[in-house]
Amino acid sequence: MAIIETKNLTIIFDMPNNTRITVVEDINLSLEEGEFVAILGPSGAGKSTIVRAIAGLIKPTHGEVLYRGKLVEGVNPGVSMVFQTAALFPWLTVLENVEIGLKAKGVPPQERRERALKMIDLIGLDGFESAYPKELSGGMRQRVGFARALVVEPEVLLMDEPFSGLDVLTAENLRNDLLELWIEKRIPTKTILLITHSIEEAVYLADRVIVLDKNPGRIKQEIYINIPHWRDRESEEFIRLVDRIYSIMMGKPVTAKPPKTERYGTPLPHVRVGAIAGFVELVAELERKEDIYKIAEDLNMDLADIQPVIEAAELLKFIDTTGGDISVTELGKVFAEADVLEKKEIFRKQLLANVPFIQQIVQVLQNKSNHRMPVEFFIELLETKFSTSEAQAQMEIAIDWGRYAELFAYDEDSKEVYLEEEVLETEKIVD
Amino acid sequence: MIYRVIPLRRVKISIIDIGIIFFLFAFIYGIVSTAKEWGEVPTYTLNISLSPRNLPIYAWYSILRQFLAYIISLIFSVSYGYIASHNKTLEPFMIALLDVLQSVPVLSFMPGVILGLIALFPYGRIGVELGSIILIFTGQVWNMAFSVYGSMSSLPRDLREAAEIFNLTSFQRFLYVEFPYSIIGLVWNSMMSVAGGWFFLMACEMFTLGERDFRLPGLGSYLQLAAINGDIRAILFGLGTMIAIIILIDQLVWRPLIAWAQKFKVELTTGNIVPTSAVLTVLQRSTILTRITQWIDEFIERITSRFSKRESIEKKINPFPVLKIILIGLLLIIMGYASVRLIFLISRVPLFMWGEIIISDLLTLLRVTIAVVLSIAWTLPLGVYIGMNPRISLVMQPIVQILASIPATAVFPIILMWLINLKGGLSIASILLMLLGTQWYILFNVIAGAMSIPSDLKEAAEVFQLKGLERWRRLIIPAVLPYLVTGAITATGGAWNASIVSEYVHFRGSTLMVRGLGALISNSADRGDLSVLAASTIMMIVTVTLINRFFWRRLYWLAEEHYSL
Repeated sequence: MAIIETKNLTIIFDMPNNTRITVVEDINLSLEEGEFVAILGPSGAGKSTIVRAIAGLIKPTHGEVLYRGKLVEGVNPGVSMVFQTAALFPWLTVLENVEIGLKAKGVPPQERRERALKMIDLIGLDGFESAYPKELSGGMRQRVGFARALVVEPEVLLMDEPFSGLDVLTAENLRNDLLELWIEKRIPTKTILLITHSIEEAVYLADRVIVLDKNPGRIKQEIYINIPHWRDRESEEFIRLVDRIYSIMMGKPVTAKPPKTERYGTPLPHVRVGAIAGFVELVAELERKEDIYKIAEDLNMDLADIQPVIEAAELLKFIDTTGGDISVTELGKVFAEADVLEKKEIFRKQLLANVPFIQQIVQVLQNKSNHRMPVEFFIELLETKFSTSEAQAQMEIAIDWGRYAELFAYDEDSKEVYLEEEVLETEKIVD
Repeated sequence: MIYRVIPLRRVKISIIDIGIIFFLFAFIYGIVSTAKEWGEVPTYTLNISLSPRNLPIYAWYSILRQFLAYIISLIFSVSYGYIASHNKTLEPFMIALLDVLQSVPVLSFMPGVILGLIALFPYGRIGVELGSIILIFTGQVWNMAFSVYGSMSSLPRDLREAAEIFNLTSFQRFLYVEFPYSIIGLVWNSMMSVAGGWFFLMACEMFTLGERDFRLPGLGSYLQLAAINGDIRAILFGLGTMIAIIILIDQLVWRPLIAWAQKFKVELTTGNIVPTSAVLTVLQRSTILTRITQWIDEFIERITSRFSKRESIEKKINPFPVLKIILIGLLLIIMGYASVRLIFLISRVPLFMWGEIIISDLLTLLRVTIAVVLSIAWTLPLGVYIGMNPRISLVMQPIVQILASIPATAVFPIILMWLINLKGGLSIASILLMLLGTQWYILFNVIAGAMSIPSDLKEAAEVFQLKGLERWRRLIIPAVLPYLVTGAITATGGAWNASIVSEYVHFRGSTLMVRGLGALISNSADRGDLSVLAASTIMMIVTVTLINRFFWRRLYWLAEEHYSL
């Protein structure tokens, strides 16, 4: 029997403006004994929400979470959790932090101390028992987080991006230490669920990777990693898997989305113009097809961060991504080599041709006699499609792009979007 | 950083406000009506000796009163903050209530409270003692409760989740997570509250009502008597003792507490200037103290284990909905009755008296405005100067803190001594007392605001050669304004309160008064005119609340929206 099971898990958040946002939808997953599972997804895919629902911190809107076949109500009794921020209590020493879970369980002081010290020893924190979290480095702090989670001997260990706040070397070190405890069965944990946005981390650690889609978060695909531990990151097999998972992440969603006839239906990627231009220039310099994963690594960026940049560049037809590789288009090459004014010109054309929402803004402004419009007008339009905060974000991006292209300007004080005089005089942009 | 700025929220007038008004009416009636017992009150007089030899014992009494009031405030504010942040049904009501109670002029209840308690405890000093403690309590508790509520309801999400995941019982959660998280805010607010507490203590250790004289042995009564007798030597001794006490408490209590509270900071980066205290280091090294804290830990441990067992049992017992309904119903009936009685009481105020109340209100408003404007005029430049120069602030802050802790009411009789013979002297003295009592709130907040200006902005201003007026307009005012407003709200409230003791005084056997709402309150209390007392108290509460809502809060939101960094 699966240790943890979710059945049609759906979580909907009620937003303040009476809209409802489906964060995750129809998640069916199970964690079997002896399994190390990673959930992988872009930001906004509801990874953390799933893990919190399994922990019992969030109540599912529909569907259920089962622990050993029993419905989980309130906090899941079989789990323990490691947080991205470590979430240590700053006023408690390392030892007291580790002891807290045992205290809550009512373990007598003597036994509690022994178990905590043993775990501190095991996780490599020897000598730091009486230190406060403030005195520790990020890596050591996260070790305390692990010790605190493991000392209660949970059957299920949930990890919410535990390595993402650490620098590369520290993270690698901690990953290997954890893996060692797990492989050699030195901890009684029966199954581990890791949340991550790093493909490489998932492939390196997990037996099974679950790829999530976003808006709403749904399971896109599950991939079994059958490479025995310890895995070699340089091996062909490893690289092939990473590539494959990447194209799954970037590829089309499992269920067909409705056709894009709706106005401003697809959200603009959250990227500023500068990042798009810089990225296109970089790719153009490579002069050959390049693996997306490799580019991210070269730039020392997380895939999650670089992904919207790629999306934006592709939306404006500067680059082309097929099968996990990036190549720059002819237009992209011209754009990369153009000077500032030419760049603006190209950018403007591409915006008007490919971004219906920006087209719409220009049209509205042209039709108004004073060529000004309060920004709320557009935000309200967006709100029919997005949440309030997303609508705000979309508008900010549209303003950033439109300003750069000199299509329209924005007055922060009066909060109005308006057409600039020269634009009016020289041309009628949209017919 | 000196004082944490209490967040202000946008309040909309709603059903909650009606509930609050209802409650407030009952509250006022309850207190005012106790004063009915005046006739039966046994007179208790005590001779205060001006001999300096008695000063240590007087000082001790004052400290003790302050201490007791603080302990009650602490217990109350932690409980209030805890309940308000945990009970979603009560939360909006409790917070709105806190907001209004903050603007209630405590001193107008002084006669009611003290006489009521004397009626309850007719023998010895106990009634007056309790009255003074309760008054100090009501003067200092609200911002502490606000601070606890603010901390507990803003607990970082990850810490809250960690506590949940590890199944801490609600008592353990309070003990290891929520209370520690509130400590920093609580310590800063306690400092501010205790400074305010001295203000009330000095005022209520000795006061006169009609022919009756109520005295408690203490520093406040010593200073008042010294001023009345014009005994310069005694005044100097009294003031010296006062300052010594304040410095001692600062060094022995607040410094160590602040240094200790650093442990409860959630930010994991260590700041560049960490408060230290030699006293704390000595205490922490003492073996006896270490042993005692161990015992306390073990004791708490035993309690918590018992609590966690009890909790599981409690869940099985059904709460009595019937009992709850009866209690709430009873409360509503009492409140309703009291409200009706209060309205009846006020309805006896003749029309011309209402005119007088309104004119007095406007006159006091004028004095309060002058005091606040004067405060801003001198604290703004100085506060900005101190806040923007870290080196100066290191030297100045302790000095300013000590100056701020000297209760204005202790100095008031002395001011009066000088000004009493001038034309319009009392009016000037009254404004001076308001100024002395409230300017510090503004100064502290301005310093905090100036310190919060990011250094890159300061550098940018320098690069672009922003100077003089332009620098103030573009950099300083925007950064400081939200803090300034926060300080000014507290200051305005304090100034109204001060009008009650400063517009109407008994001095050297005669009664002096200027026209004003504070004088009206004191005078009607003196004469036992409950209708006017109630009406003018309500007038003051309404004025303070309206000014807060329609002037200061608007300004605050304007500042927040436009200039928030």
